[in-house]
Amino acid sequence: MSPLGKNRALAGLQDSPTIGFIALALVAGAVIVYVAGSSVLVDIYTYLCINVMFVLGLQIYMGHSGVLNFTFVGFVGIGAYASGILSTPPMVKAMGVPNMYQALVDVHMPVVPAILAGGVIAAILAAIVAWPLMRLSDAVGVITLFAGLIVIHVVLTQWDNVTNGPRTFFGIQSFTTLWVALGGAVLTLIFAYYFKESSLGLRLRASRDDRHAGRSIGVNFVAVRYYSFVISSFVAGLAGGLWAHYITSFSPKSFYVTEFFLLLTMLVIGGAGTISGAVTGTAIVSVMRELLRQLEGYLNNSGAISFEVYGLTEVTVAILLIIILIARPEGVIGVREVRLPFLSRKRRPIESAEDTSA
Amino acid sequence: MIGGEFVINTLSLGSLYALLALGLVLVYGILKLINFAYGEYIMVAGYTMFLLGTYAGLPIWVNMVVAVLLAALTSYLTELVAFRPVRTHAFHAMLVTSFAVSVLLQNAALLFVSPRSRAVPLPAAFNESISLFGVVTPLRNVLTIVTTVVLLVALSLLMKYTVLGIAMRAAADKFTTTRLMGVPANLVISVAFIISGFLAGTVSLFWVGRSASVDPLIGFAPLLIAFIATVIGGMNSLVGAVAGGYVYGLLFNLLSVLLPASMINYRDAFMFAIVILFLLLKPEGLIRGSYTEERVG
Repeated sequence: MSPLGKNRALAGLQDSPTIGFIALALVAGAVIVYVAGSSVLVDIYTYLCINVMFVLGLQIYMGHSGVLNFTFVGFVGIGAYASGILSTPPMVKAMGVPNMYQALVDVHMPVVPAILAGGVIAAILAAIVAWPLMRLSDAVGVITLFAGLIVIHVVLTQWDNVTNGPRTFFGIQSFTTLWVALGGAVLTLIFAYYFKESSLGLRLRASRDDRHAGRSIGVNFVAVRYYSFVISSFVAGLAGGLWAHYITSFSPKSFYVTEFFLLLTMLVIGGAGTISGAVTGTAIVSVMRELLRQLEGYLNNSGAISFEVYGLTEVTVAILLIIILIARPEGVIGVREVRLPFLSRKRRPIESAEDTSA
Repeated sequence: MIGGEFVINTLSLGSLYALLALGLVLVYGILKLINFAYGEYIMVAGYTMFLLGTYAGLPIWVNMVVAVLLAALTSYLTELVAFRPVRTHAFHAMLVTSFAVSVLLQNAALLFVSPRSRAVPLPAAFNESISLFGVVTPLRNVLTIVTTVVLLVALSLLMKYTVLGIAMRAAADKFTTTRLMGVPANLVISVAFIISGFLAGTVSLFWVGRSASVDPLIGFAPLLIAFIATVIGGMNSLVGAVAGGYVYGLLFNLLSVLLPASMINYRDAFMFAIVILFLLLKPEGLIRGSYTEERVG
């Protein structure tokens, strides 16, 4: 760690009150939902917590590097499949996935190690492929990562000895309750915050903000991006595992462009550069999506209109995203973490000097 | 295995891909925007043909002309409404915008037409076969090749000999300097989008012509093809885009013939692996153009 990184990293933890507040708000929300006792609300909130994990994981690389990381959702899929295959009893797999390799059918472990293994497998795969990809920037970098997502998708769809091909993979144990998802979200929140303020996070942000200035003080962008990409993919795999043990059956199309778009919307609407932005965006889009889905269901069931309504949610979310990008491209929260007036610490002069330049 | 049929198929497929790639690169060259909504212009033309052909009762060639024009109009409108306001923002903002426009148009089709695919009425000539140099081939293939040649000639005349074309090439090279010379930025960018949409609409006629149906996700496959072809050919050169289209057509047909049957489903993965390799080894593409740094290390 460079001396520069160390000093700034210590000074940088000034946003701890904000992060603590967000964590408390997440916990409080869970308690309220639990006490209210509605199973629909509990489901929605569990899903919200899982989405917080996804979006923060996406933010770790994309938010701080400014590179549109399509492959993230592919690594979510790898984590989901890996943990699902590891934790599902051999009997169920033999039935559900007729062509699966015998060795994979036989392997079986408890849920928690399986989810951890899912994260590790996603990280290892990312570590194997990522180095050359990190060298590319701008347009070419975007197309490469997009191509990467398609390669992952094609493999998930076609390798039916492992994934059951395009068909649904089912029979995964239900493990992710409201509290498990909440725990995951809070831990990810703390992790994402420490990552952002760490030396690595700082150098990654430097690669986004000013490539030449960063390089002039000796930041090795390829290495910085590489480690951050692997860490982000690890979180993707873990969150994917938790998601798999919540939803219990899924197919490769859950890890493709449409789903990536929703995660991207959550990240960008709130503000990709900040933790508070990522969480706010997740909350806004999740609530909107749920309301619109109810509306769609209502319209389709009531017979008020003569045709089936599909895609209303996506249309509305896309319009909102375009409006935000035009009117407030840095997101609702902006480029700095929210400061809560009643919580903020007294700032030292060096930090306020930095803040004016931010 | 590789005979006259293979040659005609490859030429016709390559022509289609060349037009696709050209439309994408025209906008990329000037705006440095990878337009994810490009595939949706193809969808718009497809739905226009479906709606007019099913409900309007006009001659089929009128439908086709209107479809191409509407694709160009859609392209222009997306530029006006979505891309122009974010143009001065970061690179990343425009990219996310184009992704959002793509999702918006796709789901609008889902919402207002139907999630299911719709049959598109086509001219009878599309289904006829002719014999050419002793090879029996669908007339559609020959039409694709001829249309492409005509369009490419017209476009290169436009680019070489008109003030507008010269301004567009200059803008693709050095946008700021071009503006300093008094070329209006909005005009150049709008024209690039209109031509881009026009090419997408033309491709749509033949693309839809192969399956005779249209669905909300029809734009995705051509978008991918345009990506691959531009990457192979070079993101910064119009000639490169055309070359990339033909090379891609050749590669695709070769893989289709050479890959064993058990691997044929992985063809897309192979194509994209080739793209990634290409980007790593030769990020400037076959034809260099005004290539600038795309690497950070």
